[in-house]
Amino acid sequence: MIPEIGHFALILALSLALCQGILPLVGAHRNDAAMMAVARTAASGQLIFVAFAFGALTWAFVQSDFSVAYVASHSQLALPTIYKISAVWGAHEGSLLLWVLLLAAWTVAVGRFSHDLPEAFAARVVGVLGLLSSGFLLFTLLTSNPFMRLSPAPADGADLNPLLQDPGLAMHPPILYAGYVGFSVAFAFAIAAMLSGNLDQKWARWTRPWTTAAWMFLTVGIALGSWWAYYELGWGGWWFWDPVENASFMPWLIGTALIHSLAVTEKRGLFKSWTLLLAISAFSLSLLGTFLVRSGILVSVHAFATDPERGFFILAFLAVVIIGALALYAWRAPALDSTAGFKPLSRETFLLLNNVLLVVAAALVFIGTLAPLVVEVFNAGKISVGPPWFEVAFAIPMIPLVLLIGVGMRTAWRSQDFGTLFSTLKWPALIAVIAGIGIPGIFYGRFGLLVSVGVIASVWILAVSLIDPVRSLRRSAGAPAMSRSMLGMSVAHSGLGMFVLGVTVVSAFNIESDQALRPGNSIEVAGYQFEMRELRDVEGPNYSAIEGLVEIRKDGEYVGTVRPQKRQYLVQQSWMTEAGILALWNRDLFVALGDQLGNDTWSVRIQYKPMIRFIWLGALVMAIGGLIATTDRRYRMTARATRPATSEVAKTA
Amino acid sequence: MTRYLVPLVAFAILIPVLMIGLTRDPRELPSPLLQQAAPQFELPSLLDPARTVGSKDFDNQMTLLNVWATWCPGCRQEHDFLLQLAREAVLPIYGLNWRDNRPEATRWLEVLGNPYVASAFDEEGRVGIDWGVYGAPETFLIDANGIVVHKHIAPLTREIWERDFVPLIRAAGVVQ
Repeated sequence: MIPEIGHFALILALSLALCQGILPLVGAHRNDAAMMAVARTAASGQLIFVAFAFGALTWAFVQSDFSVAYVASHSQLALPTIYKISAVWGAHEGSLLLWVLLLAAWTVAVGRFSHDLPEAFAARVVGVLGLLSSGFLLFTLLTSNPFMRLSPAPADGADLNPLLQDPGLAMHPPILYAGYVGFSVAFAFAIAAMLSGNLDQKWARWTRPWTTAAWMFLTVGIALGSWWAYYELGWGGWWFWDPVENASFMPWLIGTALIHSLAVTEKRGLFKSWTLLLAISAFSLSLLGTFLVRSGILVSVHAFATDPERGFFILAFLAVVIIGALALYAWRAPALDSTAGFKPLSRETFLLLNNVLLVVAAALVFIGTLAPLVVEVFNAGKISVGPPWFEVAFAIPMIPLVLLIGVGMRTAWRSQDFGTLFSTLKWPALIAVIAGIGIPGIFYGRFGLLVSVGVIASVWILAVSLIDPVRSLRRSAGAPAMSRSMLGMSVAHSGLGMFVLGVTVVSAFNIESDQALRPGNSIEVAGYQFEMRELRDVEGPNYSAIEGLVEIRKDGEYVGTVRPQKRQYLVQQSWMTEAGILALWNRDLFVALGDQLGNDTWSVRIQYKPMIRFIWLGALVMAIGGLIATTDRRYRMTARATRPATSEVAKTA
Repeated sequence: MTRYLVPLVAFAILIPVLMIGLTRDPRELPSPLLQQAAPQFELPSLLDPARTVGSKDFDNQMTLLNVWATWCPGCRQEHDFLLQLAREAVLPIYGLNWRDNRPEATRWLEVLGNPYVASAFDEEGRVGIDWGVYGAPETFLIDANGIVVHKHIAPLTREIWERDFVPLIRAAGVVQ
């Protein structure tokens, strides 16, 4: 009964989403307050019903109701409860429901925090989100109903894909989707602004915290996915340029460009039409990513069950949304040409360069991802684009970008005096160059051009990011502290510095060794002795495993013990490798069991990965920077002040 | 202002491409190769560069050719199944180590186990192009007459094997 109620709740949610999508937009057009007032109420109602449907599906999983087809194919009795819950979004139907739930939640949040926006504008934003939600709900109900029954019900389910039975991956989709879906808010703000025809700088200010929040979730989501790939299937790799990874990375790159271009639009009223285009693109790429993943149009390890019907539905939806948005853009944008100028040495110039480089990077990823498809469609044969191509192509715009960040951060709006810039930056530059040459040699005993460039770039960003926070701490009494926005920027950029450092050092000084090992034997890798103490059988809830106990010592001194496992999942009969990782801030020791070579001899892959934690730590710090920036008081205060005072923006600019 | 129409036009061009793409199954062999003679090749062996591996080794028996690489997570995923398959010894499995580097690929086989009779080392992907390799992993089934009878893109699993490969192998009279 509960699955049917869930299904019904989803239909009610669709009805409300349609009300939410149509009435406020018509109301805003006719200036009808009653119709606009529907927006928030309908959005809340929609959230309640979607949440109910989501709860019903979760209930079916927790109760192991295998008469629901989706539950039967993605769960089983012995699955631990936590994975029964995460199995809800473990495949297409449920993850779509999660998407709709998050969209409804973002909409209610926008409604809740937009009381200070002009009523017509807020109504349009909520209305656009309602239309998007209607599309996704229709998609769910027509092609991907998670509540479909199965008769007769099987006695046990087919189990969740063992790859997904992992805490990192349980959390990855909700956070990633919160980011994807979050860009729909920036999109809705852009559409609302274009519909109203009132494109002064205010919409940029209103959009900024929402965009940053979405970007923050996307950053954490991508980092979690990469971390999972590292310890679960990566054999030490952390990024594979898989189409689905790229699908999440393109909106991230464009979203990052958007955050920066919004700053220019808000502060200086420049780049208006460009910012609108980025807002549309960030969300369009999120949609395109969904299409690529769900339609089976590209081959990927992540690909969901492929179904052409679903593919056509998403493509049609994609076409309506994006063509509608771009047509509106073509109509409104020409009026936005700005005449305000700026000097070549100014923050505007650097943010322009930032945008160009990020967009070029996203375009290269886009080309690499879609090239095989395009070539095939034109019957030119089949081509493949692999990591070697992406690594080179991506580095071309990225190296200048990371080097320019340091200068850009210290450059003033409109015009910057070269002398002051030079005197502020000479010390960080000197530190960076010394570190770039010294660190590889002193800590890792080797030099290299690429390593030095990477270390210089990262230390440079880190050093420049510290200037403002340090000055703020040492300011004289009574002087204003730095704003949250500025602090957020410094923190996020230092996160990028950490990330670059991690990537550089781990790619240059990673040590790998594959050896045969049996209990009692010991081998040495990168100065550490790895001794296999024993091998034993371990029984998990739904798997049985062989576990090695490997003790690690350095110069005879005990460092730690790792327990790598080789698991066989009983229902799907598949083998999974659980690596044993001993992590420290500056290095990972990674031990994975390979194959059984003899009686109790196993091939073991041992890796020494210096600074690899900085990759994910850096991403986390970037996200924290985003969080700090979204809490800037300015956004709240100006939101309150904007309704009566229209000239306020001009004053702060 | 025509320049503001550029994004719209660019996207409008992309739609038919995606549309046609949808009607093609990337997991299917392009029709030109299916039921045709398998492209001939000869490459150095991965583990023993002095030897060569090629179509000549497939002679007169049904053979599996698996395209793999160490940078491909899907290959890691299907590897255990390939090992099981090799143990069952239904048919010889040859590997095409594609766009990879030799030390890493060698280590991969040492650590994970080697299901292949031999792996050809296709460093630049030339043979991959002849075979229409789209990405790794891909698996080709070649019959005793050297005809490609099936191709599977994406990791191989027991389920896919039973469904798509076993009937063809049975039909060819190879004991299963």
